[in-house]
Amino acid sequence: MAGKTLYDKLWDQHLVRQSEDGSSLIYIDRQILHEVTSPQAFEGLRLAGRKLWRVDANLATPDHNVPTTERSGGVDLIVDPVSRIQVKTLDDNCDDFGVVEFKMNDTRQGIVHVVGPEQGMTLPGSTVVCGDSHTSTHGAFGALAHGIGTSEVEHVMATQCLIAKKMKNMLVRVDGPLGAGVTAKDVVLHIIGVIGTAGGNGCAIEFGGDTIHNISMEGRMTICNMAIEAGARVGIVSVDQTTIDYFKGRPFSPKGEQWDAAAVAWKELVSDDDAEFDQVVQIRAEDILPQVTWGTSPEMVVNVGATVPNPDKESDPTKADGIRRALKYMGLKADQKITDIQLDRVFIGSCTNSRIEDLRAAAEVVKGRKVAATIKQALVVPGSGLVKAQAEKEGLDKVFIEAGLEWREPGCSMCLAMNPDKLGNGEHCASTSNRNFEGRQGFGGRTHLVSPAMAAAAAVTGHFIDVRELMGS
Amino acid sequence: MKSFTKVTGIAAPLDRANVDTDMIIPKQFLKSIKRSGFGPNLFDELRYMDEGQPDQDCAGRPVNPDFVLNQARYQGAAVLLARENFGCGSSREHAPWALDDFGIRCVIAPSFADIFYNNCFKNGLLPIILNDDQVDQLFNEVDATEGYQLTVDLEKQLVITPSGATFSFEVDGFRKHCLLNGLDDIGLTLQYADEIAAYEARRRQETPWLFDAIK
Repeated sequence: MAGKTLYDKLWDQHLVRQSEDGSSLIYIDRQILHEVTSPQAFEGLRLAGRKLWRVDANLATPDHNVPTTERSGGVDLIVDPVSRIQVKTLDDNCDDFGVVEFKMNDTRQGIVHVVGPEQGMTLPGSTVVCGDSHTSTHGAFGALAHGIGTSEVEHVMATQCLIAKKMKNMLVRVDGPLGAGVTAKDVVLHIIGVIGTAGGNGCAIEFGGDTIHNISMEGRMTICNMAIEAGARVGIVSVDQTTIDYFKGRPFSPKGEQWDAAAVAWKELVSDDDAEFDQVVQIRAEDILPQVTWGTSPEMVVNVGATVPNPDKESDPTKADGIRRALKYMGLKADQKITDIQLDRVFIGSCTNSRIEDLRAAAEVVKGRKVAATIKQALVVPGSGLVKAQAEKEGLDKVFIEAGLEWREPGCSMCLAMNPDKLGNGEHCASTSNRNFEGRQGFGGRTHLVSPAMAAAAAVTGHFIDVRELMGS
Repeated sequence: MKSFTKVTGIAAPLDRANVDTDMIIPKQFLKSIKRSGFGPNLFDELRYMDEGQPDQDCAGRPVNPDFVLNQARYQGAAVLLARENFGCGSSREHAPWALDDFGIRCVIAPSFADIFYNNCFKNGLLPIILNDDQVDQLFNEVDATEGYQLTVDLEKQLVITPSGATFSFEVDGFRKHCLLNGLDDIGLTLQYADEIAAYEARRRQETPWLFDAIK
């Protein structure tokens, strides 16, 4: 009999019951809550007179709506009344139901997918859900993690389980050394370009190969974060020593004897050598160059040295139509050089790229340089209060401010523009976030997804440039 | 939950691939703490010429006459025809809430994004997967005939065209049962509360570090 994949193992370990009709109940170890997808779930519980099945499995923090400008006045001073009500509703619900919450001005507050791992809430071998599609991020740690809808948030609150159906197994294997200036973000954008935005539908994608295992935990989070942009709810990486080391000393990590037992158990969280995957994609790291998206879907991505595609050269009519529509929305011409795209704003942040290594990479590029005069705004938004504190300890805030970037308070910010940080109509943005959908960063806004180093390079030149041209000079 | 048994209604064709949930309901409307009232803002950026705001009266807003749901022949549509990977992107359940609030009961496409597909079933909305040729045929027929209506029979798992032609579709048995009877998942799962508790007790022994840590 063939061995098991890591996903198979995690599924088996969390299977509570399986019905004859094929649906299963899966036990959920951890649920993270934020203000946007939880209010209707709490309300549902209240209306039905139900309690949380297990309060200690939940952690909440507001992130989508919070302002990133000075906010010491607290929630009552959030200017947008609708956002204010939503953040206050989360506070009230957590107080009522006894859920631990890192409120807006708690230094531990931040983007749910940064906070969970940072606190050791996410652990190898756990199941993690959140009403947020980028919950795939936590799979970097050998956890089974995925986004759910609000009805499912309520279901997990009330039962600690999810009704689920097993997904297929897909392996994306990347081997070989990455070139200079090529980051985890470029790896995942390249993968999405290869398999397409629906390539992983119905699958749990395991990212494997020596390239992936030579990437830091933060980089692996960036990769798993965007599994959903390849259509897969779940992205996952087998546990190695790097994974285990990450959790030492984190607030919710096991301690003492429990740590010793956990570290032994976690070593088993790997796909067996003879595990069979339904689909395997092989990628050579040497083929990956710094990436830039030109269109309105993350699969519309090319190397920075390339040109914008020409729909007349596309044989599939639906695809050609998609390219034309995207070019029109993005205000670009077919065959135009990527490096000729002029930018209006730069956003460094989001659950994809707002961790300390991302900020270090961006700071290294802007250090001693100035934001180009044509850039209206360049934002740096750390992923959590603790990331912000660490960056300030290292003096990164000063590097950014001296170069002319704005240093902000933590939150989701311009990734989805639910707070005041947004693009104007028609503006182009070099963004380290995860989605370039129409209107995502603001009505009529035009998003180009890139790595933190590439965004920083764009900030100081005003247009896209291969970051390697600025390195070491 | 509202049940779904058999629906007959106008079919509207949305002829683009990879329709994402940001497109179905833009983020500014996600600030609501309610489950209802999203219908007027369904496809807001495609439907109107201006930028919509939460709690705004949409009656006076400039509409995009080219957008399919604004065309007179598709008023009152109950079935939405779409292309591949419909509902990709964010997990926001506001997307099926908006479709439902607008009056759409069923979406037919060659493929759906996983989270959106799942969310539909929690809200009495039926997503149907037909193959590319079948979806093409429906697009052509809808385009050719004003007032074109489809009947969707969940019990028999059939889409029935005005000429009486039928397309059968697959649906998971458990989801079908819940949708036909309008059953609440939580109530069903709590029938197994003892099994959940037994699992939990065992895991508490095996992996104690996953318990009582967050406080």
